[in-house]
Amino acid sequence: MKGRFIVAGIAACLCASLATADINVGVTVSATGPAASLGIPEKNTIALLPPTIAGQKVNYIVLDDASDTTTAVKNARKLIAENKVDLLIGSTTTPNSLAMIDVAAESETPMISMAAAARIVEPMDEKRAWVFKVAQNDAQMVLAIIENMTNANVRSVAFMGFADAYGEGWWNEFARIAEARKIRIIGNERYQRNDTSVTGQVLKLLAAKPDAILIGAAGTPAALPQKTLRERGFKGLIYQSSGVANSDFLRVCGKDCEAALLPAGPVLVAAQLPDSAPNKKIALDYVGRYEAAYGKGSVSTFGAHAWDAGLLLAATAPQALKKAAPGTREFRKALRDALEGVKNLTVSHGVINMSAQDHLGFDQRARVMVRVENAGWKLAR
Amino acid sequence: MDLQIALLLGQDGITNGAIYALLSLALVLVFTVTRVIFIPQGEFVAFGALTLASLQTGVLPGTLWLLIGLGAVAGLIDTVFALRDRQLQRIPRILGINLALPLALAGLLANIPLSSLGLPIQVLLTLAVVVPLGPLIYRLVFQPIAEASVLVLLIVAVSVHVTLTGLGLFFFGAEGSRTPSFTDASFEIGDAMIQGQTLLVVAASLTLIVALYLFFERTLWGKALRATAMNRTGARLMGISATMAGKLSFSVAALIGAFSGILISPITTIYYDSGFLIGLKGFVGAIVGGLGSYPLAAAGAVMVGLLESYSSFWASAFKEVIVFTLIIPVLVWRSLTTRHTEEEE
Repeated sequence: MKGRFIVAGIAACLCASLATADINVGVTVSATGPAASLGIPEKNTIALLPPTIAGQKVNYIVLDDASDTTTAVKNARKLIAENKVDLLIGSTTTPNSLAMIDVAAESETPMISMAAAARIVEPMDEKRAWVFKVAQNDAQMVLAIIENMTNANVRSVAFMGFADAYGEGWWNEFARIAEARKIRIIGNERYQRNDTSVTGQVLKLLAAKPDAILIGAAGTPAALPQKTLRERGFKGLIYQSSGVANSDFLRVCGKDCEAALLPAGPVLVAAQLPDSAPNKKIALDYVGRYEAAYGKGSVSTFGAHAWDAGLLLAATAPQALKKAAPGTREFRKALRDALEGVKNLTVSHGVINMSAQDHLGFDQRARVMVRVENAGWKLAR
Repeated sequence: MDLQIALLLGQDGITNGAIYALLSLALVLVFTVTRVIFIPQGEFVAFGALTLASLQTGVLPGTLWLLIGLGAVAGLIDTVFALRDRQLQRIPRILGINLALPLALAGLLANIPLSSLGLPIQVLLTLAVVVPLGPLIYRLVFQPIAEASVLVLLIVAVSVHVTLTGLGLFFFGAEGSRTPSFTDASFEIGDAMIQGQTLLVVAASLTLIVALYLFFERTLWGKALRATAMNRTGARLMGISATMAGKLSFSVAALIGAFSGILISPITTIYYDSGFLIGLKGFVGAIVGGLGSYPLAAAGAVMVGLLESYSSFWASAFKEVIVFTLIIPVLVWRSLTTRHTEEEE
């Protein structure tokens, strides 16, 4: 499985030795393992990134970390030591990204994570000064859900999520914000992504009679609780997390997912965005490119994070090139400074305004509420 | 917890338990005949379910290419051996089984409208694709090391599992699939709703168990397998080929695995790596039976299913912990009550 990148790696090494001034970008994504449904579109998107920036050739060296923290760190070290990369992009998941922070800071290489948790870039410290991220924070997504719940007059909510870092992350954010907004939480159940049945958990939640249920799970495994809830006759609102935003979820869940609500990056409903949305054009451009390369309906919001990382590089590399040549410590430093100074950069998911304290830079324009209607995504207003 | 919830949970537990029971029987069979602890058993569940899902969407399943590939390699090796032994008359048969049949199957699948076929035909085609993988894996991986120690066989089984999981990701992608339900019927008995699909799973499992019983008790092949399981050397002296017994047991294991996958895929979403955990729970059942007793293994597996179902209600975050911790008292109890005899290898 891991052999796939070797050819690309060798090719990249050869190029690097021929022309030392190329910009080298090291990418580690979770193209296999539990986070593969997020990592594969990211990997596919890297292949669409521009081969040159401001006349400089850019080499993308893509490694697979198999959703494994140790491998992610190993990949990051390898990319820095062997490929002398100027920028790290990755990884797909929060645990992997957190583990890579040390490597990035130690080698003074800027890093752009595509994972969701806010603690990848918060609280800002000496190490995180080298770390940026392009995926919306969980808290922003949770806030969107809670606002929607408040508007729908939901008083009591039950939570059901993965028994892993993903579910735990959503639960923590959700419990914190819901409490502040006076929504009562009356249930908290867990399941494994590979579980064949969640009847037990669902029956327990239903016995508590919540107004709404939030499912904190990613990808197709999120369909099982939704199906079981509908089977057992739950009539309330069902909210899903932003991790389900791909077409496989709709395929597996079918009619049981009708009317499910979820927060998502605007790329998911790019065509339905109002023309006034600044990122509409870029989002549509990305969707067009991705679907031209990988087939209609194949696009997901996760790949767009990789695209946004590419846009960030394209916007900042020219400034860094003025100060130093790629492959040097000075270039990496200049690139980091340029990333921190990004203002009003429109990317597919929103508008980025970085600062020394905020290495994400997204505001509320970077997420929308979406409803599942007729087996498709519909922008909810 | 009221009676209705208890009944629903029980129903859920028995459905899953029936699947685990089938797998535990396959594990016991493979272990007693070949001494292989068949970790990849679960992969056949995933392959069965996902192959059926591919057929239903009208896509040629990736397992078909695996079948052709394994068949070609096995055919090549057997041909080389036949040439070396100057037994040219065996070659047409070898090539026919290993190359022509998979290619014919591929030709058939490529030329019929897969998605519009009836469900029984789709199921049969799925079995035709997945089941031959069992004997082919035995031929290529385990037959050359049939005399190795249990530990070596276990390590090889783990590597086969990892390989098949990787291939599963390559063939079917990271996201799961779910097949439409065989039946939408449901029955109301007292307070509890009983889903038709549940009854179907339990009935199919029972039928398969009875069929296995008849196979072992009444047919010559079944008796040959039992003889090999009891005493490999003795069976060989009686003219029962160990290779034949190995291939046959792997075929039965693959059949049970693929069939379980087909049964369970309407109930839940199956992923390329779902099989391992399902197989592992069958394995816990098989351990309860000491990897030797069919009825105990089946009972153990049903118990695992029920335990899983009730613990998901009471302590969902610790469900797997509870299920797999169960194995410890069982092992302690077994090691205290069973007289330990060193089997000669």
